[in-house]
Amino acid sequence: MFIELCQQVSVWAIPMILLIIPMLGYFRKVKIYEAFVEGAGEGFYTGIRIMPYLVAMMVAINIFKASGAMSACIDQIASLLQFFGVPPELVPLGIMRPLSGTGALGLTTEILNTYGPDSMVGRMASTILGSTDTTFYILTVYFGAVGISRPRYSLCVGLLGDLIGFLGSIYICRWLF
Amino acid sequence: MINVIWLLLLVTGIVYAALHGRIDVVTQSAISAAEGAVSLSLKLVGVMCLWLGIMKIAEVAGLVKFIGRLLSPLLCFLFPSVPKNHPAMGSIMMTLSANMLGLGNAVTPLGIKSMQALQQLNPQKDTASDAMCTLLALCTAGFTLIPATIIAIRSAAGSVNPTEIIGATLVVSFMATVSVVIADRICRIIYHLRARR
Repeated sequence: MFIELCQQVSVWAIPMILLIIPMLGYFRKVKIYEAFVEGAGEGFYTGIRIMPYLVAMMVAINIFKASGAMSACIDQIASLLQFFGVPPELVPLGIMRPLSGTGALGLTTEILNTYGPDSMVGRMASTILGSTDTTFYILTVYFGAVGISRPRYSLCVGLLGDLIGFLGSIYICRWLF
Repeated sequence: MINVIWLLLLVTGIVYAALHGRIDVVTQSAISAAEGAVSLSLKLVGVMCLWLGIMKIAEVAGLVKFIGRLLSPLLCFLFPSVPKNHPAMGSIMMTLSANMLGLGNAVTPLGIKSMQALQQLNPQKDTASDAMCTLLALCTAGFTLIPATIIAIRSAAGSVNPTEIIGATLVVSFMATVSVVIADRICRIIYHLRARR
């Protein structure tokens, strides 16, 4: 029942927004077509403005990944994290999560298929994916769009959130299931 | 900070590839990532146009301001540097709601819209303001009520009970959000103390 409800909400939310906002605008005497076009016009420049920031970030991350340095780091960290009760299978996901959204989704799917979605590791991986976000991507895109090149402390704060999400998921799953 | 991390990613990657006799991988991955970044931002353009257009209607109709006023005590607490009736409040509220509902690609354009509104209040245009740091912290903590993607991949993998992790994700992402807000406040205070010296 609940799963049905969740699916319905995620299927209906966007069509409803696309229906309600223009209707509301029309009844409030907004020239909705003109307003939409005016707003959409900004979309193009925003996309272009993000481009250099995305290139910089994705090139660095991809070199780090493709060279094998990332998996070497994972091997190094895995033994350290095991001390804190982190299963070694989850360490790649923890490193990948803030760097690449599609990468993290791929790793989670792999974990679910290898160990089973209802295994402890599978539940932990699902919880990690659900309670963290792709910090590097969000920072690059959000700040890039307005031309911010000095993010101050926000990267640290974002990564701290990811770490808490990662460790928290592991401990909570162990306690819940 | 960002300079150090960027350099570290590059240096460790290139040196590691060189030491393992795979230096050609570097060129190849750098070029394909650069191309990928361009096609990703072009892909974003379409979604961005759609949502910024819809947002404009909502803004002109007064809906954005209304939504911002709904939860204004909470927003004023989180963003003390933003004036109470500023349009940024409405955008921020919509960004956070889209994030909570897990509306995927609608979140990015809304977040950018909020950043643009906050940029108007920002005295130093190349440096993130306090409010921008807080908004980014909230978005990266990723508080989601319905993690639709995870439920989908869990049922695709044949889970007996794909939704059983919802309770755990709620608790964990709530904890992460609260600690990120606290960390953001502490960093802000330290930053301003240092700046004053």
